[in-house]
Amino acid sequence: MDLDKAGENVEEDYVLEVDQLKTIFRTEDGDIPAVSGVSFSLKAGETLGIVGESGSGKSVTSLSIMGLIPKPQGRLSGSIRYKGKEIINLSEGEMREIRGNEISMIFQEPMTSLNPVFTIGNQMVEAVLLHMELSKKEAEQRAIEMLRQVGIPRAEEIMKEYPHQLSGGMRQRVMIAMAMSCNPSILIADEPTTALDVTIQAQILDLMRNLKKDFNTSILLITHDLGVVAEMCDRVIVMYAGKIVEESDVRTLFKNPNHPYTKGLIKSTPRLTSEKQRLYSIPGNVPSFKEMPKGCKFVPRCEYAKDICYKNEPELVYVGEDHKSSCWLNIEQAPSIEEDAS
Amino acid sequence: MLAYTIRRLLMLIPVLIGMSLLVFSIVHLIPGDPAKTILGEKAPPEVLDNMREELGLNDPLIVQYKNYMVGLLTGDLGRSIKTKAPISQEIKPYLAATIELTFFAMVFAIIIGVNAGIIAAWKHNSWFDYIAMLVALIGVSMPVFWLGLMEQWIFAQKLNWLPSIGRANILNPIKPITNFYIIDSILAGNFTGLKEVIKHLILPSIALGTIPMAIIARMTRSSMLEVMKSDYVRTAKAKGVKEFFLIYKHALKNALIPVLTVVGLQIGMLLGGAVLTETIFAWPGIGKYLYDAISMRDYPVIQSGILVIATMFVIINLIVDLLYSAIDPRIRYR
Repeated sequence: MDLDKAGENVEEDYVLEVDQLKTIFRTEDGDIPAVSGVSFSLKAGETLGIVGESGSGKSVTSLSIMGLIPKPQGRLSGSIRYKGKEIINLSEGEMREIRGNEISMIFQEPMTSLNPVFTIGNQMVEAVLLHMELSKKEAEQRAIEMLRQVGIPRAEEIMKEYPHQLSGGMRQRVMIAMAMSCNPSILIADEPTTALDVTIQAQILDLMRNLKKDFNTSILLITHDLGVVAEMCDRVIVMYAGKIVEESDVRTLFKNPNHPYTKGLIKSTPRLTSEKQRLYSIPGNVPSFKEMPKGCKFVPRCEYAKDICYKNEPELVYVGEDHKSSCWLNIEQAPSIEEDAS
Repeated sequence: MLAYTIRRLLMLIPVLIGMSLLVFSIVHLIPGDPAKTILGEKAPPEVLDNMREELGLNDPLIVQYKNYMVGLLTGDLGRSIKTKAPISQEIKPYLAATIELTFFAMVFAIIIGVNAGIIAAWKHNSWFDYIAMLVALIGVSMPVFWLGLMEQWIFAQKLNWLPSIGRANILNPIKPITNFYIIDSILAGNFTGLKEVIKHLILPSIALGTIPMAIIARMTRSSMLEVMKSDYVRTAKAKGVKEFFLIYKHALKNALIPVLTVVGLQIGMLLGGAVLTETIFAWPGIGKYLYDAISMRDYPVIQSGILVIATMFVIINLIVDLLYSAIDPRIRYR
C-alpha cells in the first residue's frame, strides 16, 4: 500500500486548488472548527462531488471558497487558489469581481433563493450587468438567451414575472441560468436538487451535465445523495466532521470504498436488488463540535475501531492510484501510541 | 393592480357608513338632554328649544340620520354653535395646518428613522447601532410636551435661531389661498415669507416627528436584520452585488412592509391632531380646533372634527394597503 502523503499533486490544469483550508467560527461558547484542514483540487471541466451528512462541513467549504462566510465571526486560513491566484481572504471588492463572474453558486432552496420583490428579468439582468460590459438592451438579450438555454419556455414573458409565479423546478432553472450567465469557470452547486421532485431532479441534473459540456465549466457538486454523485461526478470527496475522510474517482468509490464511513454511506443507500427488509443506517450521529473525539472523528460510530483510533487522528494517505483515505486500518504499521503520530 | 385598487375602494363604503353612524350617535350618547348639556342647566326654555331645533333633535332619529347623511354627501358638515359659521369652511385652515405639520414631521421621521435603522442593522452590534438604538429608546420615552418645551428653550430662547410659536411671521403674513403656507407663499412669490414658514415648521416638526422616528428606526432595524439573513440576499451576494445595493436594493424593499405599516399608523395618529404639540407651539391645527370645541361643548364641530380625522385615517390606511401591493407583488394575488 502506498503511504505517500496526500496533497503532493503534480501541477495539472487545475482551476481550483484548496490547501489546508480551515474555517473557524467564533461563538460565545468558544471557537467551532467547521472545516479543519481540507485540501483538494478541481480540474477544468471536471465534476467533483463533496459528500457528507449535515454538519460535515461541506456547505461551509463551498461558502469559504465563495468568500461568503460572515466575516467577524468566521475566520479562514490555509489557501484557496483560483487559476493559480490566491483568493483566500481577498478584500470584498476583489472578491466581488470573482463571485458570479469566475465562480458562481446555486443553492439548495430555489423557493427562497430568488428575491420575491423583483422580477426574474431584473435579477437576471443585474447579474449580467455586474460582470459584462453590455448595454441594458444587450443584457436583456443575454438574459433571455440564457433562460432559453436552461430550457425555460416563453423566456421573454418569464422575464417580466416574479419568482412566486414559477414552480420550484423553474426557479432552480432560473438560478442556474443566472449563475451561468457570465460564463463562470466554476459552478458550485450546493444540494441543487434536494428540494425538488424526483422527475424535476433528473431534469436539473441533465441540464447541469449539458451546460458543463457546452461551456466546459468545472462543477463542485455538494450533496448528501450518493445517487446524484454516481450520476454526475468524475471524482468524489467524502467529508466527515470538517475533514476529508476519503477521496477517489467515482467508480473506485462505489466499487471499492475504503473508509468505514464511506462503506456505511454506500450500505445505507436503498437498492432494488437487496433482499433485506430494513435499510442499513450508520449508528449514532455526527459528533457536535463541542464533544469531538480526540482521535479519529468517526470512532464512536465505527465498527472496526481499534485502540489507536481513540488516541490519534489518522492522516489522509494513498490507498490506491488516485485513491486516498484516512483510516488507521490502512496503515499496517500503525504507530504505537507513545510515538508521535502526526 | 387596477382591479385590486377598485376592490379596495369599494371596501371603503361600509367602513365610511359605519364611521358616520358612530359619529352621528355622539350627540345622542350625551346623557340627558343634549341642548341642556351644551347650554348649561340655567338656560331659559326658549333658548333650549331653539337649540333643539338647530340640532334637529325634534325629528325622528331616522330622519335625523338621513338629513345628516345628505349633508355629508353634499359636503355640509353643519354649523358651529359658537361662531355660526359652516364647519366645512371653518375647518379648512386648521386641517391644512395639521397636514402641513404632519407632512414635515413624517418626512423628518422617515428619512432619519429608516436610514438610522438600516445603518444600525448593517453595522449590527457596532457603536453606531448601540447609539442609534439608545437615541431611539430615549425618543420613544420622551414626553412630547417636554421635548417641545426644551426645543423652545434652547433654539428660540437661548440661541434665538428659530421662532417658537405660530405658522408664520406676523409682520409678513401669508395670504391664504390653499391654506398650505408653503404652497401659498410660493404661489404669491413671497420668498422671504416662505423662508419664515419653513423656519416656523422646524421645531414643531422635530417635536412631533421624534416618536415616529424612533419607532420607525427600531422597526426598520429589526426588519432589516431579519431580511439580511435570507437566502435571496445570500444569492445576490454570490452574484457579486455591491454591499450598498445589497442593502438598499435587495434587502430594503423586502424589509419595508412592516415599516410601512408603522408609518401609516403614525401618520394617522399625527393627523388626528397632536393636541399637545399644537398647543405648545400655538399651531392652529385640527387638534387645537377640536380642543377648543370640546371646551366650548360645540358638539357639531366635535362631530365633524372626528369624522374628518377618521376619514383621513381610513384614506391613509388605503394608501398604505395600495403601497404594500406595489412593493410586494405577492400581496395582489392573495
